[in-house]
Amino acid sequence: MSEIAEKVKSIIVDKLGVEPSEVTPEASFTNDLGADSLDTVELIMEFEKEFNVSIPDDQAENIGTVGQAIAYLEEHAK
Amino acid sequence: MALRRVVVTGLGAITPLGNTVAAYWDGLSRGVSGAGPITRFDASKFKTRFACEVKGYNADDFFERKEGRKLDLFSQFAVVAADQAIAEAGLTDGSVNKDRVGVIWGSGIGGLRTFQEECVAFAKGDGTPRFNPFFIPKMIADIASGHISMKHGFRGPNFVTVSACASSSNSIIDAFNYIRLGYADVIVTGGSEAAVTEAGIGGFNALKALSERNDAAETASRPYDKDRDGFVLGEGAGALILEDLEHAKARGAKIYAEVLGGGMSADAYHLTAPDPEGNGVMLVLNMALRDAGITPSDVDYINTHGTSTPLGDGAEVKAIQKVFGDAIYDLNISSTKSMTGHLLGGAGAIEAVASILAMEHSLVPPTINHFTDDPELDPRLNFTFNQAQQREVNIALSNTFGFGGHNTSVVFGKLRD
Repeated sequence: MSEIAEKVKSIIVDKLGVEPSEVTPEASFTNDLGADSLDTVELIMEFEKEFNVSIPDDQAENIGTVGQAIAYLEEHAK
Repeated sequence: MALRRVVVTGLGAITPLGNTVAAYWDGLSRGVSGAGPITRFDASKFKTRFACEVKGYNADDFFERKEGRKLDLFSQFAVVAADQAIAEAGLTDGSVNKDRVGVIWGSGIGGLRTFQEECVAFAKGDGTPRFNPFFIPKMIADIASGHISMKHGFRGPNFVTVSACASSSNSIIDAFNYIRLGYADVIVTGGSEAAVTEAGIGGFNALKALSERNDAAETASRPYDKDRDGFVLGEGAGALILEDLEHAKARGAKIYAEVLGGGMSADAYHLTAPDPEGNGVMLVLNMALRDAGITPSDVDYINTHGTSTPLGDGAEVKAIQKVFGDAIYDLNISSTKSMTGHLLGGAGAIEAVASILAMEHSLVPPTINHFTDDPELDPRLNFTFNQAQQREVNIALSNTFGFGGHNTSVVFGKLRD
């Protein structure tokens, strides 16, 4: 797993209080990991902070799973 | 419309003396100080480096980590204390219509640590706003009553009162009035505060409000002592279940006491200093006595505001003396802030709990840390110095005043027919 993927996973485990084994690429933040709309906003902000990127709202809306987050960040992280 | 009678059917407490009602009472009755060095932050550069913190509290014992993270400490204390009272009163066993249960909480400040942390993080950045989405719902004072209602499904009247250190006496009086008027059958009330932060200590230090007796923290809160030098900041929560008397009887609830009356007034004088003439305090006392339908000689115990500040303690006592006349000499007076410190918006609630427990146990908790008489105070007054005194307490009155000149007074009595 890439360094970015590891970091994404640990942020999700920390913020959503889930087990690392649940954080699979297919897992949806809201459907599988128990996040509500505010949790999801917080996750996006944590990704922005951790990876020093700015994720526009219209793109954030397309990040709904662990895999989508990793893919976006691997492309955009500085 | 006849006003309904209102009784207390449950208590909860998380305080610097203990994290249950029993532990709190144990500390009160033994005259224990809750003060110690500040552990919540590095206070080494502060004028005051001690406080009355809640001890041995671990959020993970009460909240799933993901949920606890979304509650400022003042809200956590609120939920924990309310849960104790709710469980004791049996509000969750299905026998109570939750549409008729309200939550009216009090907090003077709200989520001070949350506010401080978010603003500091912003100031350290490059100007890009990265505020946490939970910042606002974690910080706002009213969220405490929101959390209590969400946890238990109570859909009655729901809000938080803010009147600085009088906040949770105002919440108790509001709860009392809304039940009297029929807006709800049961209201979870009380108050909480968690302001032992850099901003809290620094802010009150700047006002010269806090004791700076760093070499003797445990004896720093010394209401009515000649050498008192300010209050000691406390934290925690008190909770009370107020209930319509007939409703409580019908379901066989344990009844601790009746809420007999309440008073509210303003000094209209100064931001932080009390009116030296005590006009606002006399007003509030007279209003509370009249509302309760009692005279001064009916009162056995006054739990005073008595924060251990040079000006406030004397002004309050002089106002009581003017209203009570010679009846004041038959009273027990004590400031339990000598033990708990000053919980700001939680003070009225934990002191209401203390007053009710004094009735329950026929024991008046003391004003500890008395060393030197204050020549300005009438030596014939019984301040219950240093040791609890046995006494049958049929009626207790609890005073709480807040910056801004808010005055509140609540009267509790043993239930009579």
